[in-house]
Amino acid sequence: MTVDVNTFVGGYPFRHLPHPDAAVLVRVLEREGVKGAWVGHLPSAFYRDPSPGNEALLEQVAPYRGALSAVPTVRPDWPKWERELAAAHDAGAPAVRAYPPQWGLGSSDASMRALAAACGEAGVALLLTVRFEDLRQRHSMDGVGDLPPATIRALARVSEATHLVITAAGRATVEEVHWGLTPEERSRVWWDISWIWGPPDDDLAHLFRTVGAGRFVYGSGWPLRLTQTPRANLDLLPDELAGAALGSVGQIARVAR
Amino acid sequence: MAARTSADASGTASAHRRLAGEEPLVDMHAHFFHPDCGRDDWVERNDARLRAGERIGIDVHIGSVLGTFGFTSPTYFPSPRDVTLGNDAMLALARADRRIRAYVAVNPNDTSHALDEIARCAARGAIGIKLAASRRADDPLLDPIAEDAARRGFPILHHIWQHRRREWPGQEASDGVEYGRLAKRHPTVAFILAHIGGGGDWAHTLPAVEDLPNVVLDLSGSGVDRGMLDAAYRAVGAERLIWGCDITMETGLAKLRALSVVGLSAAEMSAVRWRNSARIFPAGAFRELEARLGPTRLANRDVGNALV
Repeated sequence: MTVDVNTFVGGYPFRHLPHPDAAVLVRVLEREGVKGAWVGHLPSAFYRDPSPGNEALLEQVAPYRGALSAVPTVRPDWPKWERELAAAHDAGAPAVRAYPPQWGLGSSDASMRALAAACGEAGVALLLTVRFEDLRQRHSMDGVGDLPPATIRALARVSEATHLVITAAGRATVEEVHWGLTPEERSRVWWDISWIWGPPDDDLAHLFRTVGAGRFVYGSGWPLRLTQTPRANLDLLPDELAGAALGSVGQIARVAR
Repeated sequence: MAARTSADASGTASAHRRLAGEEPLVDMHAHFFHPDCGRDDWVERNDARLRAGERIGIDVHIGSVLGTFGFTSPTYFPSPRDVTLGNDAMLALARADRRIRAYVAVNPNDTSHALDEIARCAARGAIGIKLAASRRADDPLLDPIAEDAARRGFPILHHIWQHRRREWPGQEASDGVEYGRLAKRHPTVAFILAHIGGGGDWAHTLPAVEDLPNVVLDLSGSGVDRGMLDAAYRAVGAERLIWGCDITMETGLAKLRALSVVGLSAAEMSAVRWRNSARIFPAGAFRELEARLGPTRLANRDVGNALV
């Protein structure tokens, strides 16, 4: 059963989003035949201290525990961040989110490495976002740029217990990271398909053939992006790839724990 | 070598069901490649477009070739030689495959060449004019091209950057405000505002053109922002929305599916899928659909006007 690993609740600072609420998300998932979703709190990516956002997230998701899994945000250069990670773990979160570019944390940042290691020890995946919006439409105040592939590679190398889920990456980032890691390292990295192009360039088909469909998971970017896009992309795969088995959140959870 | 697609991608109906349903569907923003584009996968990319089109259920792809797509002159500033080369390739594709129609692409900086090229390609079957980003849309250099479009009954598809806040490399991009000025000067021409999902801020475009009845919004582009389709529908109505893919066909399919959730009626969906195209392109431009539906449903070129 499909689970969307890349959804949020809450507003976005740079444009209006129609009803970015958990109740609406649950209806959308049902309409689209998606079993459940990992849910982050979108405003937290832009908070200096994401802790209040985590409280809001857990509160929003609580009534929909069967369908929605909260993915809290942990900012590792903020004092007592370990408390947030422990709380996420205790709440049963399958992953935690971090936003190094939004927090000004570079590719070799020690606190991010510490978070990656701690996630590995706690048995939760670390979920990173390459982009929220297309570069061409960003607000003049949104100048941080995309998550660099170097950051992803550095975090994948932190420990054999670290598991990464990378959302909203395009083909170039996927390939640069995947082929820049050892087979063992790349076996701990999954990619959502929300920002990988389909035909006629057929980037998704190319990556399924070269990297393997098992390294990819279903993700949409809701409520920023249309939830119909990943399904449409899978529907348009060439015949020989139709029905290719994506990675699953169950698989991520098993190996992470 | 002439532009081509491989034999297995052309012509025959697919065994797959049409993912977007049986209602006719026109993609009015397609691009094709040819051997002088400098990429050795040009046949595969053309084939992939037609394969995905069969799967989606696209009856007609209206395509353009932008010179050599940067190989021997810039994509958005093509030389006269490359403009002609690209148009020849596009016309060859349209001749070879009944699902394909051609725009004639021109660079308005070479005015006489542009007008000659429009005449030449119109005589060979082109059904519309493609303007990229060689000159700002409100520049007087575009007026003779728009006047020619008016005489021929051709629509103009113009590459647009939604809310251009600065110059972007490689193109002299225009936004909705600038395009609107051109549309206002030529009220009898149908202006297709390219890819509201193709970069920039679509929310800026909508109020810029909502009062201009001869501007139609092309839904193509990689952008799939939630709220975009709803807002476009509210701003201009289904009569002025037109479906297309550009270079990401999965986002085209996703938008078709999303439109049904937005709340368009069956008649409005029909308008977006093909009737608006049938209205703004020259009569007889869609022989594939005429073969399937009979000429009477396409004969009324005002059909879209009755929808809203």
